[in-house]
Amino acid sequence: MKADPIGVLTGTHFFDGDHACCEGALAAGCRFAAGYPITPSTEIVERFAQRAPLVGGMFLQMEDELAASIAIQGAVWAGAKAFTVTSGPGFSLMMEHIGFAAMTETPCVIVNVQRGGPSTGLPTLPGQADMMQARWGSHGDYELIALAPSSPQECFDLTIHAFNLAEQYRVPVLVMMDECVGHMTEKVVIPPASEIEVAPRRYTRLPRGEYVPFHAGPDGVPEMVRAGEGYRIHVTGMTHDEQGFPAPTVEAQQKLVQRLVEKIRRNAEAIVRYEETGVEDAEVVVVAYGITARVARRAVELARQQGVRAGLLRPVVVWPFPENRIAELARRVRAFVVAEMNLGQIALEVERCSAGNAPTVLVPHGGGAVHHPEEILEVILAQARTEEVLR
Amino acid sequence: MSQIEIQLGGLGGQGVVLAGMTLGRGLALYEELHVSLTQSFGPEARGSACNVQIIAARAPIFYPYLERPDILVTLSQGAFRRFAPGLKDGGLLLFEEELVKAEPLPNGVRAYGVPATRLAEELGRKMVMNMVVLGFFTAVTGLLRPESARRAVSESVPRGTEALNLAAFEKGYTCGLERLTAGTREGIRVCSSPISGRS
Repeated sequence: MKADPIGVLTGTHFFDGDHACCEGALAAGCRFAAGYPITPSTEIVERFAQRAPLVGGMFLQMEDELAASIAIQGAVWAGAKAFTVTSGPGFSLMMEHIGFAAMTETPCVIVNVQRGGPSTGLPTLPGQADMMQARWGSHGDYELIALAPSSPQECFDLTIHAFNLAEQYRVPVLVMMDECVGHMTEKVVIPPASEIEVAPRRYTRLPRGEYVPFHAGPDGVPEMVRAGEGYRIHVTGMTHDEQGFPAPTVEAQQKLVQRLVEKIRRNAEAIVRYEETGVEDAEVVVVAYGITARVARRAVELARQQGVRAGLLRPVVVWPFPENRIAELARRVRAFVVAEMNLGQIALEVERCSAGNAPTVLVPHGGGAVHHPEEILEVILAQARTEEVLR
Repeated sequence: MSQIEIQLGGLGGQGVVLAGMTLGRGLALYEELHVSLTQSFGPEARGSACNVQIIAARAPIFYPYLERPDILVTLSQGAFRRFAPGLKDGGLLLFEEELVKAEPLPNGVRAYGVPATRLAEELGRKMVMNMVVLGFFTAVTGLLRPESARRAVSESVPRGTEALNLAAFEKGYTCGLERLTAGTREGIRVCSSPISGRS
């Protein structure tokens, strides 16, 4: 299905990542946003609030992030595509309802423009320290999808992709921006609506008597119904049976939770997306995402200039993680260098996936600023040298 | 020169960010350059130190922050004090000459002052001082064509104020051309850098 032209601001713009993200949501067909303003994400919904009346949408400023993250789910069940945006402390407050969205299979998008933490931390400065919280922050077993844009253009492109993935798999999809990408201004090209693919909601074609709300198809994803068409459904955060009614039993729990997890794990190869630069012949592979991937790209360039065969693997989709690709590379590279604006999160994942076949070296950063390319370069060079000595 | 680094500094309320956004827009959209703009400002709405950093390049920009600016524009003494020592050797300094005493000038730096506030006041609105500065910048650096800058001005300022802002731009542009011819022709060097490619 193509995008509705009314929400697509076709043209060449000079946007920051926040504004580009808002336009991505509108292009994807999002017509409802709820939020509680928080730096550095506020500009996204500020723009949405201005644009919404022009496209038949609505913005609600809520009393807090708990309210915002559940209001969007009400809107989704009423038929809208919806998102909320936040940062740091607000993201922590949304954890409960991210779990609710996973449990009720409510397709929605949550944008986290990461800043330095914990707690209030550095409100106006960047961080990437919510990556594990994104994956594991809500309680219980579940899977979701998280994307990491590294430019304003990608804030537009990947927000659309986030809405599409949410509809396809009926999961909350997280867009893990950071303050740097959110407030950085660059050229953003918005194509005509006819060139933007949007995923429609997966509505059932079964008649009322035959429709079973949480009975999944072969890909593990059940279909939804349009509110007001007379289907009687029950949506609950409690463990439920295929009818959607509470079923507090071991069997129902096993069946439901297993399906929630497997609908992502089994489709992981289709969801995973990464970009590689110079990895083919690389002896040292840098793994970095978001803004840090750009800085790392510069470091890789500098390493190449010094004759070191360095490459960059940039997970565009961070969750699910490109574990097969890391495992494959681990069997032939000398080392992984993981640069991230935290003290070691995705590095743990790279280490896990490489299963002892290649060492993983972290280039940490406490947040508040991006790495300098030289910091990453130094570690790349050290790895290349260490291995030479050992051989 | 594969990329050029520009920094604009001043006080919140002077329109530094809008001037930077307009300049960045002109370079990114109408000069076909890769441009990354970042900004920093304090929590106050007005009066705090604020600065905009722009990198313009022929190739994609990976590291979005500047190292040492080639061109520095200062609209306050504080910004001059803070940023002038970071200017690249042989760099270019543009300053609001009635608000900034450009001393001491770092070695090898060429400096051009503009009475931007007074020129804006001649138009009846001190507020458009930032667009006077942008016009001055366009004339002195030659980094973007005046028509690119004018287009960016029209698209960046609040609707209904285009004519006033463009008039401010012209005042600054004319002043820049005058100062260039009156002073050393050295300023032209920036125009003939490979990055502009249009001199």
